[in-house]
Amino acid sequence: MLKLDKKDMRLFIIVALMTILAPFILNPFPEGSGLAQFNAGYPDLMQRFVIFGIFAIGFNILFGLTGYLSFGHAAFLGVGSYAAIWMMKLLTMNVIPAIIASVAIAGVFALVVGFISLRRSGIYFSILTLAFAQMSFAMAYSVLTPITGGETGLQPKVNDPRILDAALAPGATPSAGLFGLEMRDSYELALGNWLFTFNFGYYFAAALMLVAFYTSMRIFRSPFGMMLRGVKSNQQRLNYTGLNSKPYTLAAFVISGMYAGLAGGLLVAMDTQVGPERMFWTASGEVVLMTILGGAGTLIGPVLGAGFIKYMENIISKINESILHQWFYWLPDGLEDLVVGMIYPFIGKGWHLTLGIMFMLVVIFLPGGLVEGGQRIGRWVRGKGRKADATGDKKSTASTPAE
Amino acid sequence: MPGFKLDRRGLLKSGAVLGAGLAMPTIFTGRANAFTNEPTGSSVTLGFNVPQSGAYADEGADELRAYELAVEHLNGGGDGGMMNTFSSKALQGNGILGKKIEYVTGDTQTKSDTARASAKSMIEKDGAVMITGGSSSGVAVAVQALCQEAGVIFMAGLTHSNDTTGKDKKANGFRHFFNSYMSGAALAPVLERNYGSDRKAYHLTADYNWGYTTEEAIRSSTEALGWETVEAVKTPLAATDFSAYITPVLQSDADVLVLNHYGANMVNSLTNAVQFGLRDRMVNGKNFEIVVPLYSRLMAKGAGANVKGIFGSTNWHWSLTDDASKAFVQSFGTKYGFPPSQAAHTCYVQALLYADAVERAGSFNPCAVVEALEGYEFDGLGNGPTLYRAEDHQCFKDVLVVRGKENPTSEFDLLEIVEVTPVAQVTYAPDHPQFAGGQLGACNPGA
Repeated sequence: MLKLDKKDMRLFIIVALMTILAPFILNPFPEGSGLAQFNAGYPDLMQRFVIFGIFAIGFNILFGLTGYLSFGHAAFLGVGSYAAIWMMKLLTMNVIPAIIASVAIAGVFALVVGFISLRRSGIYFSILTLAFAQMSFAMAYSVLTPITGGETGLQPKVNDPRILDAALAPGATPSAGLFGLEMRDSYELALGNWLFTFNFGYYFAAALMLVAFYTSMRIFRSPFGMMLRGVKSNQQRLNYTGLNSKPYTLAAFVISGMYAGLAGGLLVAMDTQVGPERMFWTASGEVVLMTILGGAGTLIGPVLGAGFIKYMENIISKINESILHQWFYWLPDGLEDLVVGMIYPFIGKGWHLTLGIMFMLVVIFLPGGLVEGGQRIGRWVRGKGRKADATGDKKSTASTPAE
Repeated sequence: MPGFKLDRRGLLKSGAVLGAGLAMPTIFTGRANAFTNEPTGSSVTLGFNVPQSGAYADEGADELRAYELAVEHLNGGGDGGMMNTFSSKALQGNGILGKKIEYVTGDTQTKSDTARASAKSMIEKDGAVMITGGSSSGVAVAVQALCQEAGVIFMAGLTHSNDTTGKDKKANGFRHFFNSYMSGAALAPVLERNYGSDRKAYHLTADYNWGYTTEEAIRSSTEALGWETVEAVKTPLAATDFSAYITPVLQSDADVLVLNHYGANMVNSLTNAVQFGLRDRMVNGKNFEIVVPLYSRLMAKGAGANVKGIFGSTNWHWSLTDDASKAFVQSFGTKYGFPPSQAAHTCYVQALLYADAVERAGSFNPCAVVEALEGYEFDGLGNGPTLYRAEDHQCFKDVLVVRGKENPTSEFDLLEIVEVTPVAQVTYAPDHPQFAGGQLGACNPGA
């Protein structure tokens, strides 16, 4: 019934297991130990992993399959977020209407933007999408302040209408939930020195991520997906055979816009706040980085890339000088300062630098992204060594390197 | 794969399981503690969430220095700084309630999303019981709302927009810094005395929330003097060249230019304005003047000689000569080699006030802390007698009106204090129109 072949099914099951067991996988170090700094198994970051995973999966449907590089995808994320927060303010704090609205409105917006931008291809397409995104950002920041809240953004307020919800208990603040369960509800499991947090919001987002992942798998394997690959490999030839490729690219654009909208809606469901910088061009660039870093055109790559970048942003950026000194206190004084001084530029506010270096290394040595790295390790483990390398691994699910 | 067929029976079964799962909210219970992140060990964790990159990185770096100094003093190290001059003697120099203070830091990048992510990781991962910092009102409002939801205390850093303690005020959030309204109320009389009551003002306003509230505050207080507002133009926050906005000023009959800009914006717009010769102009038989509502030493440093003679307001300045300010400048200077900025001062004070409130309340419970801070009157922290008003969690204290110094003696000695505006003059009713529309709500201890 799931209509996946054996290899895809295996991948899907692996992804499903990893998302379900994420609280364990991401918290390998015991509380209070020096390495606990590197634990990522707290709700907010786990939620971000899956949400940006959805965002990158959607982006990959456009970029990985058709080769159209959209540089304005954050606009759809932002539009989805604004739609979701307005549903929460006006209708109910239940996340279902918010998420439906975010997907629908991002889809409509993507249809408009795509219809115009897809008249051009290549760099012109990228610039057009970038222009749209920056326009959305600038409008949300200033002209549309009554709708978007400007720089301050929007949050649910106690005195919002929320026509479907019962009145709040006095002193309570509105919080996003699903039929009585709140997104921030967590169950904590302490095993020895380890503390694992199972957060309802995370599992809700993870379930949607699995649906999104499955859908993208089906698109990749469908005739429609094949047509999109055709657009990527040679659009001119496709046109010469008498096919109009525009409906296909437009459909891919709208689908990936809806994915972005879903991610935006989920961001609001997990953390009920929207600010315009969510649409800034750096946010659009980030999803491009995620996809390329993980492996454009592969199924799992974008999710890995998203996880990698969010991990760097949230974990590396929080290491500060005093933590470094704690790590290296056992070195002689002068040497300690030297080592700390050498590492210091790469941590804290320097996480961008670390990310940049990693990105360069990946792009230069692993053009297929982290997925290619995984494949190489896999082949090496299986002992096939160079032979398979020379012939190329055509059978792999992930055979399309980044452009 | 044949094993994955989903028939009607299977669908019903899994549906029932899913339904049962969703209907069991009792599985998901919060922590057993009385409030979020109750410190149980021998230490307590505070979260310092400041911009370390982006436009306000300078302010952020200074804020972080101030926090480190405050932690040192609270833990009993250093010379004690303003703990010695503080009117409350609850702090013993042994941490807070005997627990040693540890801290975590994060980078807000002056983006509300990033700031919230960073604050959330401090609360969820590091167990921070209080979040403080920030150098922009958008970030302050976003993080304040998060802390309200999560049930921890937020001690705002540098945030000057009216909304932080106006329409976006929250019971768990507190602001020591002054605000746009106070700037307007403090500046107006000085402007009247120096420039007269018959002036035509032209506003250039940074196109975001803080710009709007500052423009509104300055407009309403100068118009009350009899000034006329000729034009108010919004400029993009990302702008670096303001010449296109300065040219129309030359063509208007305005004789005062108000720059509702902060940080790099103000440095650039002021430099442009001076380059265009605005300060040498004579309009309507009067000398053309420029006003900068919110001044900081870091900005004055960026704008260099252009700030000479220009009026503005500030929360605190290191050249103040009261004992508290001297003690703070002394200990900050000893540690870092230069005087602190107003951002550093407000952050240091906020850290001390939080620690003191916990000490007096005898508990880290946010509701106890809120109760201890509401309506709290204190002195000896550099601004004279100060009140944390219960209605909106805003500090009321004297405001400084400053002017760019004509003959600076060092790179830090750029501003001179023209007047210390008494607190009565900048006090407003909690339901003042510029602050209306918000509700404080009740304190939230989380859990």
